[in-house]
Amino acid sequence: MSPDDILEIASGACLVLGAAFVVIGALGLLRFPDLFARVHAASLIDTLGIGFLALGMGLHAGWSQVSLKLGFIVALVGLTSPVATHALAQAALHAGERPVLRSDRRDEGPLP
Amino acid sequence: MTGVTSESIVLFVNTALLLLMCAAALGVVRLRNLFAVVMLGGVYSFLMASLMVALDAVDVGMTETAVGAGISVVLMLSVLGLTKTREAAPRHRPLVALVVSAVVAVSLLYASGDLPPFGDPAAPAHQHVAPEYLARAPVETGAPNIVTAVLASYRGYDTLGETAVILTGGIGVLVLLLGARRRRGGVRQGGAGESPEGTGAPMLRDTVILRVGAKILLPFILLFALYVQFHGDFGPGGGFQAGVAAATGVVLYALVFGVASAQRVAPVRVVLVMVPLGVLIYAGTGLAGMLAGGNYLDYSVLAHDPVHGQHWGIFAVESGVFVTVSGTMLAIFYAFAGRRQAREEEGAGR
Repeated sequence: MSPDDILEIASGACLVLGAAFVVIGALGLLRFPDLFARVHAASLIDTLGIGFLALGMGLHAGWSQVSLKLGFIVALVGLTSPVATHALAQAALHAGERPVLRSDRRDEGPLP
Repeated sequence: MTGVTSESIVLFVNTALLLLMCAAALGVVRLRNLFAVVMLGGVYSFLMASLMVALDAVDVGMTETAVGAGISVVLMLSVLGLTKTREAAPRHRPLVALVVSAVVAVSLLYASGDLPPFGDPAAPAHQHVAPEYLARAPVETGAPNIVTAVLASYRGYDTLGETAVILTGGIGVLVLLLGARRRRGGVRQGGAGESPEGTGAPMLRDTVILRVGAKILLPFILLFALYVQFHGDFGPGGGFQAGVAAATGVVLYALVFGVASAQRVAPVRVVLVMVPLGVLIYAGTGLAGMLAGGNYLDYSVLAHDPVHGQHWGIFAVESGVFVTVSGTMLAIFYAFAGRRQAREEEGAGR
């Protein structure tokens, strides 16, 4: 197995992993009970999802201008997305939204 | 990999984008919560921009991102700050409108059957003047981005008209909003005399993380605007996109740190002067060409040789576009923000 093959496999694995995180985040966005949990799920897409996808593409591209640009994109998303998530959660809290706790959900009963 | 050609990937991406755009448009029609509608409008613009990039029209995609997904969402949100956020249910069944839309859609679909295949080099659009531009622009203007060469030089009149349209739109909005304020006693500079903490949504002001994040981002946004402005000859971009990007930076500053702080960076008086100044720069470049012995908006006579003249001319008119676009966007934003503040003070005084 040549180094190129290893790079190819590592790149593919990163892409699959990143795509999996995007799907998991989307599932959580649809299925979680309240806004805060959903925001948490969505932040998975922006951090781990995009991170692994960019890493996979960067491994594929090698040391080039493309991987530099990918690095910039990851840095930008890594900076803006947590700030936006924080602002969103803060605004929701400010507007009176409260997280759904286990104790609020009577139908589930107390924790075992 | 057999079976998966790049063409089928392009088809798949375009279909997915168009389906998502349909979903966003349906959401805009069905939803009554106007905040969600504004956000979906931004999503629609972003999908449209992605489609433009997929079609290799990067300049248009950039404009769509900056204007459609960026500043118009912010302006719409500041309008929502002044009005109700729920749309009233229509009292009638819009049957006539539905029939008209259906008839227009069906006839357009019927007509699209006669269009040449997409990307066909023999299509009339690619046979008329386009080959001429493609062949002559790099030689005559020295600008590798032919979009910029066509926009600023060959079709300079059109772009002058577009800039004048922005000026007119800006004047219209400002007359409507500022005229109402003047009746209540003088043009107010949106609280310039107050402390910088006096304005802006309180929940945003208290957020340290947001402040730090915005402070880190702002220099890059402004640098990017300047890059798009001065790199427009060589890559995608130009005055329109750069103007909106710069205005977006100031709007971000206003949202996080308060309108009064932003108005110390970009004072209302300066912004109001910028609105017509850009069109004057543009039109003045045309006059300079006439004074130098050429035609109106002929840049070839501006320097010692025609290619340099074209460079200077394109630079000058793109700067004019930048000044007018960024000034107008900021003026409209200030007008909405100042109006909301005036209303809040009125409510407090009562």
